[in-house]
Amino acid sequence: MQTPAAFGYERATSVDGAIAALGRFGEDARIIAGGHSLLPMMKLRLASPSHLVDINDLTDLAYIREVGGELRIGALTRHVELLRSDLLARHYPLFRDAEQVIADPVVRNRGTIGGSLCQADAAEDLSSVCTAAKARVVIRGREGERVVGMTDFHVGPYRTAVGAGEVLTEVRLDLRAGAGSAHEKVERRAGDWAIAAASVTVWMDGERVGDVGIALSAVGLTTIHLSRAEALLRDRVPTEDLIIQAGQIASEDCSPFADGRGPVDYKRHLAGVLTQRALRRAIARTHQEA
Amino acid sequence: MAVMENLPSASTERPIGFGRLKRKEDARFIRGQGTYLDDIRLPGMVHGAILRSPYAHARIISIDTSRALAHPNVAAVVTAKDLETLGLAWMPTISYDTQAVLAGDKVRFQGQEVAFVIATDAYSANDALSLIDVEYEPLGVIVNARKALDAGAPLIRDDKAGQRDNLASPTWEAGDEEATNRAFAEADTVVTRDMIYPRCHPAPLETCGLIADFNPVTGQLDIYNGNQAPHAHRTVYAHVAGLAEHMIRIRCQDIGGGFGNKVPIYPGYVCAIAGSIVAGVPVKWVENRTENLVSTGFARDYIMRAEMCSKGGKITGLRVDVLADHGAFDSTAQPTKFPAGFFHICCGSYDLQASHVKVKAVYTNKAPGGVAYRCSFRITEAVYMVERMVDALALEMGVDPIDLRMRSFIGPDQFPYETTTGWTYDSGNYAETMRVAMDIAGYEELRREQAEKRERGELMGIGVSFFTEGVGAGPRKHMDILGLAMNDGADLRVHPSGKAVVSISAQTQGQGHETTFAQIVAEELGIPPENVEVRHGDTDRSPYGLGTYGSRSTPVSGAAVAVVSRKVRDKARLIAASMLETRPEDLAWEKGRWYVRGDAEKGVLIEEIASRAYSGAPMPEGLEGGLDAQVIYDPPNLTYPYGAYIAVVDVDPDTAQVTVRRFIAVDDCGVRINPMIVDGQIHGGLAEGIGIALMELISFDEDGNCLNSSLMDYLIPTALECPDFELGETVTPCPHHPLGAKGVGESPNVGSPPAIVNAVIDALAVTHGVKHIDMPCTPARVWAAMQGRAEPPQ
Ligand SMILES: Cc1cc2nc3c(=O)[nH]c(=O)nc-3n(C[C@H](O)[C@H](O)[C@H](O)COP(=O)(O)OP(=O)(O)OC[C@H]3O[C@@H](n4cnc5c(N)ncnc54)[C@H](O)[C@@H]3O)c2cc1C
Repeated sequence: MQTPAAFGYERATSVDGAIAALGRFGEDARIIAGGHSLLPMMKLRLASPSHLVDINDLTDLAYIREVGGELRIGALTRHVELLRSDLLARHYPLFRDAEQVIADPVVRNRGTIGGSLCQADAAEDLSSVCTAAKARVVIRGREGERVVGMTDFHVGPYRTAVGAGEVLTEVRLDLRAGAGSAHEKVERRAGDWAIAAASVTVWMDGERVGDVGIALSAVGLTTIHLSRAEALLRDRVPTEDLIIQAGQIASEDCSPFADGRGPVDYKRHLAGVLTQRALRRAIARTHQEA
Repeated sequence: MAVMENLPSASTERPIGFGRLKRKEDARFIRGQGTYLDDIRLPGMVHGAILRSPYAHARIISIDTSRALAHPNVAAVVTAKDLETLGLAWMPTISYDTQAVLAGDKVRFQGQEVAFVIATDAYSANDALSLIDVEYEPLGVIVNARKALDAGAPLIRDDKAGQRDNLASPTWEAGDEEATNRAFAEADTVVTRDMIYPRCHPAPLETCGLIADFNPVTGQLDIYNGNQAPHAHRTVYAHVAGLAEHMIRIRCQDIGGGFGNKVPIYPGYVCAIAGSIVAGVPVKWVENRTENLVSTGFARDYIMRAEMCSKGGKITGLRVDVLADHGAFDSTAQPTKFPAGFFHICCGSYDLQASHVKVKAVYTNKAPGGVAYRCSFRITEAVYMVERMVDALALEMGVDPIDLRMRSFIGPDQFPYETTTGWTYDSGNYAETMRVAMDIAGYEELRREQAEKRERGELMGIGVSFFTEGVGAGPRKHMDILGLAMNDGADLRVHPSGKAVVSISAQTQGQGHETTFAQIVAEELGIPPENVEVRHGDTDRSPYGLGTYGSRSTPVSGAAVAVVSRKVRDKARLIAASMLETRPEDLAWEKGRWYVRGDAEKGVLIEEIASRAYSGAPMPEGLEGGLDAQVIYDPPNLTYPYGAYIAVVDVDPDTAQVTVRRFIAVDDCGVRINPMIVDGQIHGGLAEGIGIALMELISFDEDGNCLNSSLMDYLIPTALECPDFELGETVTPCPHHPLGAKGVGESPNVGSPPAIVNAVIDALAVTHGVKHIDMPCTPARVWAAMQGRAEPPQ
């Protein structure tokens, strides 16, 4: 039996209640959502929070809805809901691409988008997905709410803009015309974390790329945002040649380390291959859209 | 021929005898109603936890348990010093080595047992581990077996008198070196390959654990422990702990998988037993997943250099030199006379002119083991090596790998066949089985498809393996483990109502014994299987025997059950004769009934005979009442199942991911008692083979840290990696087994890894010049090979 160290436990009945509880218990308290990142770490005694504040009763944080020109996803929305949502798949099919290869049904039934982003593990698929989709997240604390872009959200390995006593409540995505997106992942086995993964969203403006988001998972200490490749493609017709160049940039601009999943050169190679594949698929999907 | 009457009866939904009967045990298993070790709670039970070494090699300077003892829920902290006073600091392994129960002088691998905490609950016991202060002085570490014998290598086993280096067992040889040299000298083609069967782990779903319940009043020691050989364990406990064997009872309850991992006795078991004897209350110890992966019996870890040669288009010779990595203590599993197990069955299915095998073993700072993971003692390594070599030779000769096999097979008329390393294969028709597999696969069509795909830049590979195994250890004149003959008992009691209990010494871990063994009695006596209770896994309620591993249950225990059933049938005949007022020799048998030859109407059912045997009616002259019998079965030879496997893989040319698209498995395991269970065994073993070939690896960094200590890092395949398996069969009954059966549990695990690796090489050989890739064929490792940089796993 794998046993965590002793901890206190409180079940929140509202977001403000959760924030208050975090304030009361101090720095070593943690929110628990799906628990599929936190509990394994506790059982391996890699994490020993003093208290858990359980937000699983906050069902008002579980939704995917269209509001104005935005898609809004509640922080407690489970992987399985992201997988099933036709609304999300219609506008941002890369979510469904990713959810088909994140973990297994047991994990997907519990794990949440909020937990995935807050875990800030560089291998987390949803982090590169949200970065490529240019998502913004809503963070609420005692002082009120703020909205933070993905590029400012992940501040380091396992560290986010969410401060002590704060809760991530929502993820927001713009609904813009000409969008197409894709997520490509190579894993050692179904349900395993990525050796490397690439997420792409393009917003086509006629034949040209109006805007583009490209990000990589698992090839650095944090999610890799490929701004140089984005700049290369923006306002240009995305020829095969440019796509290959973007792949080369991906290989260069990632910073993988060797581990059980593979050596550095292979991961760089994959970053390139997957970036190209995701770009091609994302662009093809904008044509399907039209 | 004796086996003819035992050919499978027609499969019906509820066969009385052989056939596709649903497993009796599944009703409880699929409802979550099994009773596994951790489900057992005894009154007053306390819990143990083990402090393990963070270092792979270090001297222990001091152990301070005072802070742990101050924990309010901690009852005791046991260290090597305490065990020394009980004479239990060291224990024998199954290979006549010794292993520290708790480390006193040094730790010799990361994860080694250092202290045992006993507390009122498992949480407190685990909390207290961090309160034990151990001071270590780190020593030089050997993780690479190739460096273990270097001059100046740190001496790992300085506890052993006379041990001056890290040699664990001296070079052991089989075959004829000179004749082999001649075969190579005369050869047309010779290939050499260095290959590794890397360290992997059986990783059963249920980890290891034990509850010891010592009764200080009666001196009785009750042990609950899922293990694969309860009788042998009891004998070892009696010898090690000086306990009276007849006062020990081991109960195995349901076991969530064994695969060889539950053959050894682990330090945690001894600690729990010692704890209960000292404390006088039941002590439960259950390891967690990490402990299972880092400290319990690993498998394989054979470093092999092989050479194979051909003459006149046919394989003629084989030469193999093996370096085995045993880890810090030699607890490899094999019969006493075979320090390299059955590795020298590596001549495979071929009629060779000569062969020669050398194996030596070293100690390293890695966990001990070398257990037979779904394998008869190194046959898996042997089959992998020889089947890789045949493909390498075919590649070199520029011939189709199946052609080369077909030309080199032992012919059906050559059986019984004596191999050049001394095994006597009992029966087979290899070419026929190979052809069945080719037909199912559509081999020619696959080769065409491959050529077309290659034109388009797609990479597809077709891999073949043809294995012969020797299972069912074993004849007592050749085989024992720790001096115990590898025989098994069976005890059959038919009750007055005609319902029966058969007790066996084999112990199921998911193989379906409760069904298969009931079907054997049903086949032999005509009692419906649901009326036959199979009793096993309780030393108080079953006859002595060596247990379940090495595919030996059906070959040995199954034979015992057939023989004991026939004994009962013979006794029933005598009683029937007196009931029918005729002579026994005038009776004929049909399933479930003795009748008068020539007057089929006149007969008695086995149930009627049973009733009579316990009734007040007089028994025939010289016969005791009751209807039961007991046997110990000593197999005259191993049984030799074989099979032809074909894997079809696709390799992504950019990402190097390997997908097993098809897998064809044609097994000849002789007569199939329950073909559904046989299919299930094959499915499970093929899945494991896919895991071993593509993803499973226990590896270490240079400091000896185990890099695969959880199931996030030790990957086990899922259904998504497994294609829809295509099974076929041929049936060549074993001539010396009473049922003609051969054992099948291990075949798929043994036969599938080489088929898959051969397929991967086949996909890459022409386009990328790849000649060999060691397992596991992960995307990264395959990609490196495609760049011309194939490397053995670390
Ligand atoms: C076997 C397995 C395989 C997996 N494979 C993959 C994979 O392939 N790809 C992948 O992307 N992921 C994978 N995961 C991770 C999975 O997606 C997790 O569900 C996810 O990382 C965490 O979500 P959660 O809701 O379970 O978070 P939790 O474990 O509950 O929390 C994670 C962290 O986030 C914090 N947190 C959670 N919610 C909030 C919030 N609303 N506000 C502030 N902080 C919060 C917690 O305090 C904690 O620190 C895998 C997990 C497992 C167990």
